[in-house]
Amino acid sequence: MNQPGKGMRVGLFATCVNDIMFPSAPKAVATILERLGCEVIFPTAQTCCGQMFTNTGYFSAGLATVRTYVEAFDGFDYVVSPSASCIGSVREQHPMLAEQGTGSTHASRHDRALLQRARRLAERSYDLSEFLIDILGVVDVGAVFPHKVTYHPTCHSLRVAHVGDRPLRLLRAVRGLQLIDLPDAYTCCGFGGTFCVKNPDVSVAMASAKAHNIIATGADYVVAGDNACLMNFGGLLHRDRASVKPIHLAEILAESRTS
Amino acid sequence: MNATTTRVTSRDAARLTPAPPPGLLEDSPVFPIAAKRELANSQLRNNLARATETIRTKRAIRVAEVPRWEDLRTAAEAIKNATLRHLDDYLLQAEANLIKAGAHVHWARDAAQADQIVVDLVKASGVDEIVKVKSMVTQEIEMNEALEAAGVAAWETDLAELIVQLGHDRPSHVLVPAIHRNRAEIRDIFVEEMGRYGTPAPDGLTDDPAELTAAARQHLRDKFLRARTSTSGGNFLVADTGTLVVVESEGNGRMCVTLPDTLISVVGIEKVVPTFEDLEVFMQLLPRSSTGERMNPYTSMWTGVTPGDGPQNVHVVLVDNGRTKALADPIGRQALRCIRCSACMNVCPIYGHVGGHAYGSVYPGPIGIILTPQLRGMSAPVDRSLPYASTLCGACVDVCPVKINFPEVIVHLRHKAADLKKADRRPHMETLVMGVVGWLFGRESRYTWVTTASGLVGRVLKAGLDGRQKFFGWLPWPATRWSQARDLPIPASQPFRRQWKKRSSSPGRTPEGLSSHDRDTEVRP
Repeated sequence: MNQPGKGMRVGLFATCVNDIMFPSAPKAVATILERLGCEVIFPTAQTCCGQMFTNTGYFSAGLATVRTYVEAFDGFDYVVSPSASCIGSVREQHPMLAEQGTGSTHASRHDRALLQRARRLAERSYDLSEFLIDILGVVDVGAVFPHKVTYHPTCHSLRVAHVGDRPLRLLRAVRGLQLIDLPDAYTCCGFGGTFCVKNPDVSVAMASAKAHNIIATGADYVVAGDNACLMNFGGLLHRDRASVKPIHLAEILAESRTS
Repeated sequence: MNATTTRVTSRDAARLTPAPPPGLLEDSPVFPIAAKRELANSQLRNNLARATETIRTKRAIRVAEVPRWEDLRTAAEAIKNATLRHLDDYLLQAEANLIKAGAHVHWARDAAQADQIVVDLVKASGVDEIVKVKSMVTQEIEMNEALEAAGVAAWETDLAELIVQLGHDRPSHVLVPAIHRNRAEIRDIFVEEMGRYGTPAPDGLTDDPAELTAAARQHLRDKFLRARTSTSGGNFLVADTGTLVVVESEGNGRMCVTLPDTLISVVGIEKVVPTFEDLEVFMQLLPRSSTGERMNPYTSMWTGVTPGDGPQNVHVVLVDNGRTKALADPIGRQALRCIRCSACMNVCPIYGHVGGHAYGSVYPGPIGIILTPQLRGMSAPVDRSLPYASTLCGACVDVCPVKINFPEVIVHLRHKAADLKKADRRPHMETLVMGVVGWLFGRESRYTWVTTASGLVGRVLKAGLDGRQKFFGWLPWPATRWSQARDLPIPASQPFRRQWKKRSSSPGRTPEGLSSHDRDTEVRP
């Protein structure tokens, strides 16, 4: 297999949800990127993108994670993550939070430096699908996955990170994979970070609608680029004893002939 | 007093018009509670799903026809921003041109002032009833109730507003206020209520839409022909001519703005546009975004008084009611660009599930959750809960004709709400959790306590031992909010950072990544 990533040093941003709950997703990202020749490093100083705090209105807690993110990844040319939502937060919210930090009259030179670093780092932070297609120029990663699969395009991948149809292009190149259209694919599954516990009844109603559409496809797997969304409707599918299984995009792309 | 507006003896003893539900909107329950109530109404969900789906589809078709739609949106955003930036100048220009054209201009700081002005003007016109063009701002200032208290009957003439009024109800949508009603319910309301307030519904009325419309026309006809005074809102106010614009579908608005002698228009100060050239942009965007039509059936424009033609006594009440407060907020002010097309609520999955009544606000859906807490302030619990009625999915951003960045304003208002909670003497679960988790996640040294603990939980519960993901089916309060309908995966017994550490120190590292015995949760089979 050709190795377009040869000589590239990539920082792997696992994200807290994957680190704690779904380690197979960042593991799959490492597998794919190393197969393509990248040197993958997981800087342990990383914690979380902070959107759970920022999106709930707790900006100072969000700002603290901007610092951990910048400290962890500043030395890397590329940061790659199996979460378009967290990458979206890094791009959209980290500069905003850093700017709010500098807005106070007590802003130090250190704070102003943080804004610059957060802005530049945001430009080098990629969702897996973007990094594969835009930076490595690879659509076919050599994966084999002989199953029926339906794809849920997550809201933040579409409307914050703007990954477009990149995940679909990657999936279409997977050998043996049969892609089935998901009805109402573009409608939110109702996760919404802390929304799912602050508004549990509406969240469950939305997740039920999504689960209903997923089951209707008859697929073996429902794939998405974000484990938080998969956890939401996946939890409902599991409760309902549905046979369709949630799986992260990276895990499909990491499935090679040899594994 | 006119014979047909005699006080009725029903549940509305001593009232002229049907009473809306009791209580003030500001006192509504917080969104999660009200949403739960509305979710229980499966009829409502069916009505809403069908209606919003139809409008969404129509909108998408009509928008796709316009080759430079994105340019129009960009222009609309720029026009509104520029106008709001110099709102004081444009308002004074509009006032001067209105006066030059023979209109009287009144300024109202808040709802109470606006209501008082309207009541005084209506009284001065010597009538005890008026007909109304559908208008959101008159809902916002609760003008009908102010008039009722002053002994004046205010009749809604828009079909859907009539259904809402006769149904002792509140609107649940900006454009389709009775979207929560199906035709069987509408028939029952007409049969039950019309006779109490004027021409009764014809005998044997069915729920056929044509019959229902005919009944409404019959009921309204007397009111139109009798009306000496009317009120309207205004979709736009053109500053350099002093022209008011009302966009509607039924023609009832045209009746209201042409037949009476006195016309009182209540207009939010953000409705001003500089010139007719600017108006052209919005006239392309509004019908397509709202009803999915190339052009709305009736567009009424009037510039003050035309001698011998139409109302000779023309008043315009310019209402602030919290708008300058919103204007002072650099992030929040974009909500004032809104042209009330309702595209945001038609695509909102949350609105689609719960409907407009869950919001405790005249403006429901995405625009409501960013506009109402700015107009009313955030002292009421419902107003603090509204910015959280969103998953930040951003579907509304894609369709908004004036490119409001809803998530940006929502997060900004949540920040304000969180600061209010922090300042509150009463402890809040949310501030506590966010404080503790924020502190833990704010530094790697503390964050690893979390991954160590989660790994321990995972190992104790033997997650992933056989390579399969295991789930919690029950969680203690407050996590019951998750687990009441959803299972939760048990955390990995080996958090990713621990696996990585092992791998880095392992001599048997393979280029393919982790060696298979390290795998905690296998690729799910």
